[in-house]
Amino acid sequence: MKRLFPILAVITAALLAYALYQALVVAPTERTMGDVQRIFYYHVPSAWTAFLLFMVNLVASVVYLIRRNPKADAVAVVSAEVGVVFCTIVLVTGPIWARPVWGIWWTWDVRLTTTLVLWLIYVSYLVLRRFSDSAQTPVLAAALAIFGALDVPLVYFSIWFFRTQHPQPVIGGGGSLDPRMAHALLWNWLAFSCFAFLVCWSRYRLEMLQREVEEAHAMESLAGAGAAASVPLNRSRQ
Amino acid sequence: MNSIKYLFAAYIATWLIHAVYLGSLVRRFSRLRQQLKELGKGK
Amino acid sequence: MNSSPSPHPSSLWSITLATLKKDIRLEWRSKDAINSMLFFSLLVVVIFSFSFDPNAEESREIAGGLVWVAFLFAAVVALNQTWARELRNQVLDAYRVSPAPANSLFLAKALGNFLLVTLLEAVMAPLFTVFYNLRSIGPAWQLIPVGLLGTWALVVNGTFFAAMSLRTRSREIMLPLLLFPISIPAVQAMVEATRIILAGEGAARFWIVLLLTYDVVFTTACLALFGTILHAE
Repeated sequence: MKRLFPILAVITAALLAYALYQALVVAPTERTMGDVQRIFYYHVPSAWTAFLLFMVNLVASVVYLIRRNPKADAVAVVSAEVGVVFCTIVLVTGPIWARPVWGIWWTWDVRLTTTLVLWLIYVSYLVLRRFSDSAQTPVLAAALAIFGALDVPLVYFSIWFFRTQHPQPVIGGGGSLDPRMAHALLWNWLAFSCFAFLVCWSRYRLEMLQREVEEAHAMESLAGAGAAASVPLNRSRQ
Repeated sequence: MNSIKYLFAAYIATWLIHAVYLGSLVRRFSRLRQQLKELGKGK
Repeated sequence: MNSSPSPHPSSLWSITLATLKKDIRLEWRSKDAINSMLFFSLLVVVIFSFSFDPNAEESREIAGGLVWVAFLFAAVVALNQTWARELRNQVLDAYRVSPAPANSLFLAKALGNFLLVTLLEAVMAPLFTVFYNLRSIGPAWQLIPVGLLGTWALVVNGTFFAAMSLRTRSREIMLPLLLFPISIPAVQAMVEATRIILAGEGAARFWIVLLLTYDVVFTTACLALFGTILHAE
């Protein structure tokens, strides 16, 4: 298993390099927006990856609530954190794209706004996990993830209706795509998906290591306390 | 074209964000390995 | 307390009402908390009025946003004390082991908060009307369902998140931190509906339906998950 990682890392790096070549060289220049449009090939795959990761988080959270499996909780943390990273990239590249094209940094575009709200929800999720001292933090976090998931369709609808009343520019361009553009997009999506997988894998190993250390700390303090007590404590940290 | 700088800004920003995150992972890894080593010694 | 394996609706409701009455009685005895909240609400209105001084035309456009942001602040202050008494007297453990359904505790707290926040709004709204010389062009009675639905939206999730924040560091900041992102569609609906009604633009129905949907979805979610949260502490 451990030998697989470097091999995948090399493959992913090659994919990313090739995808970059596709994005900057192979894909044709867009007629109206010019070369700035190439931001699209980083912006959109990041968005898809972020949404996928948040869905993984939702599934892991539900599984945890039902089964209380600590591995499910670890997957939830990992997917939330890496999802926030990719989501941040969407929110940064979006305005960078909008500025030269439409002259504005921000617009209440449906997708961009929904991304912003998702980012806020998941940052609050991460803050809850960090600030909560309870041993049942995973349960609370899982509940929050479910609330977030329920919220997203409502956000989408409210922005959608708002925009029918207050028309605003659309970021992310609609319309048909030149096949070479579609290829560049898909290559970048593939490359970033592999990259996200590797990052999640690393973060998962980090999480397991962290739990191991916490376990060891707990054992040590129990051993210290148990030396004074006559009956050994039988509490396992779950 | 002037707007090319936005293209580069976006691509660089993307990798900068990834780099910062990966850097934090590396730092956390080394700190944890350090802690494990100390715990091993303590026993 | 009765120990029935599956509590049927009437006992759920009667326990809820009993708990609610007890809370109201206790709060009424020492009105300190309520009085300071009332004064805080007044201060918020005054500060806003100093900061944003629009003419009559503008005020109808922005009043919705201002009023609801002010209500949001007042609501957070009220919500933060939801479980204060239970924590002080270490009563929460008793609730966990009692056979009374967790939902009746949640409903009692949520209803209590609803009454409290509505009281604060009842104080703030006339003040805003005075300071901004507000006159509604559209049907002002429609502001009532907007107010009720909007307040419930904030209070139901706020009560839930207050319970989630109990064992966190910086408990008071954790509540708004969790509440605000989730409340975004509801706040947008409240603000837009208010603006449309005041400015007489007509189509507030979508927003009211959205608020209703939000309330139904999240009340269900809170009731479904509160037991889990309570026993998780």
